[in-house]
Amino acid sequence: MVDSRKYVFAFFITALIFGTAIYASNKLTDKKIQDVRDIEARVAADILSSETQFALLAETSCRDIGPGFLSKELGPLGEKLSYADNSKGFNLEDVDSLKRSYFLLEIKDYLLMKRLTEKCNIKPTFILYFYSTKDKCEDCEKMGYVLTALRNKYPDLRVYSFDYDYDLGAIQTLTSIYKIKPQLPALIVNGEPYYGFKTVDELETKVPALKLLKTATSTNATTTLKR
Amino acid sequence: MVDVQTLILYCSLFISLFFEVFLLITYLEVRGEIKREDEMIKDFTNRRSDDLCPTVTVIVPVLNEEKTVLDTVDSLLNLDYPMDRLSYIIVDDGSTDSTWNVISKYQDHPQFKIFKKENGGKHTAVNLGLENVTSELVGCLDADSFVTPEALKKIVPYFNDASVMAVTPSIKVHEPKNFLQYIQKTEYSWSIFLRRMLSSMGALYVTPGPFSIFRTKVFRELGNYKYAHMTEDMEMAMRMQKNRYKIVNSHGAHVYTVTPHNLKGLVKQRTRWTYGFLNNALDYKALFFNKNYGHFGMFIMPIATISIFSSIFMVGSVLSGWISRAMQVLNRIQAVGFTWKWSTPSFDWYFLNTGVLSLIIVIAVALTLFILYLSIKLADGKFKLHRGILYYLFIYTLLVPLWLSKALFDTVFKRKVSWR
Repeated sequence: MVDSRKYVFAFFITALIFGTAIYASNKLTDKKIQDVRDIEARVAADILSSETQFALLAETSCRDIGPGFLSKELGPLGEKLSYADNSKGFNLEDVDSLKRSYFLLEIKDYLLMKRLTEKCNIKPTFILYFYSTKDKCEDCEKMGYVLTALRNKYPDLRVYSFDYDYDLGAIQTLTSIYKIKPQLPALIVNGEPYYGFKTVDELETKVPALKLLKTATSTNATTTLKR
Repeated sequence: MVDVQTLILYCSLFISLFFEVFLLITYLEVRGEIKREDEMIKDFTNRRSDDLCPTVTVIVPVLNEEKTVLDTVDSLLNLDYPMDRLSYIIVDDGSTDSTWNVISKYQDHPQFKIFKKENGGKHTAVNLGLENVTSELVGCLDADSFVTPEALKKIVPYFNDASVMAVTPSIKVHEPKNFLQYIQKTEYSWSIFLRRMLSSMGALYVTPGPFSIFRTKVFRELGNYKYAHMTEDMEMAMRMQKNRYKIVNSHGAHVYTVTPHNLKGLVKQRTRWTYGFLNNALDYKALFFNKNYGHFGMFIMPIATISIFSSIFMVGSVLSGWISRAMQVLNRIQAVGFTWKWSTPSFDWYFLNTGVLSLIIVIAVALTLFILYLSIKLADGKFKLHRGILYYLFIYTLLVPLWLSKALFDTVFKRKVSWR
């Protein structure tokens, strides 16, 4: 004779384990989303601070702009959002809303960077990168690795990445300003569009500011060694 | 929206977890029973009167086992049991090596009967032996297995219960040497635990070739062994279950068996076992979800069948995840070359996978480890960490689908499997 109570009890415990796992996972995911929101808030505050500082430039000189002028958290924020975008378990609406804010923050940071380079007459060290999430774009994935490698190599390099197909007016304005064709991945370097995959070496040759950064890095290394 | 693959994965994990929980509940229930059995065996040994010991015959079917048969017979001769109550029948199933010459030395031994016949398969050799049995109890021992001296006296007391018709032993790996055999050592410990739990549930579905002991009347009433898809020991257990003949397990009766030492041998052996299970289960499908057969029909047979499919699916999902990760790494190498500087050295919990599936897998692995701990304690009397446990956790799981899918393929396309 089968003791059905044992089955019910085992089922209840298994369901409890499943329920606990679902609850814990949701809590941890919420915490992650909150982390990203906090970073976005900090980046927004950083940009506001930089803009204020920039507005004061009229009364001061470019020499007063320190190394922490632009937010340092934009890169890590992008990495966390990309992880959330590619992982299961995150609420799609949450990630979408965070992505929207992220793209807007990137554009604001980019505008600030652009004005700064014009005003202080410095070589631009930024790249606008457009990728696609709509169709399978293997070159976009590879391009992402190249840009991450470059950013690790040159911490002062700012890479602004945008989802070409994302429904956001500001991104559409950006793509129409630079007349970017839907041949992705696409890069805007010094106002010039480049289509298709580019290696680290190719980019180092094409971006004058990177060459400068490269020279600066090797000079620093040599100086450090001599010391 | 949850996709079909994720849904199947959730269901497979739920079933695995449910089974583990069920086993643990059963363990909690039978702890007292295990203690009582140990006392019963002690009592039998202390008060043993030779006249009260039932007569036993052990049949040893042999086929080209010139290297191991002597050790097998020696282990039988060392059994701690009254000599006049114990006899042996060796049946040579048409060996082409010197096996017959090796066993001929027992021709004149008072406890032995020796037969030679044309090759017809293991079941025919055992059946020839069964026809010559006159004892109350009968068992079989494969010629690649060895019994411990106290094995029989840890089995016989169970027959004091008149309803017990067969007692299965605990099988261990004989002298493991390489990592595959260490994996099997851990797996056999797991099986010892599982069989003991199935025994209490009345749901044993195999009476293993090495040293399962039966009341002789079982064969007289239910008939001898059949071909049974090369797993006659499984078919016999299912036949007994069908006829409500009680089978129990003696976890303290240890039998050592030689296990495959390479992957090819292991896959072949396990394919035969799984193929045998699937085909015998098909032959006895009437028992499935049949209340009259208790846990055996309602739970163990269905879950053992489902687990074949869910194991293939779960390992397939893990492997497909690994392949897609490998493709990403390959893409990265193509893009930026090979460098050790990819990963950021600082730890950020954010990038830990805290998805529901990952958490459930962690819990399932923790439960598996706990059951392994209990299994090794039950099998060896104490828990000792050995490398086989790690191999078992990380390699065995990936190997299982090899024979599961082959057995499934052979069953679907009605292909015959071979013994060796």
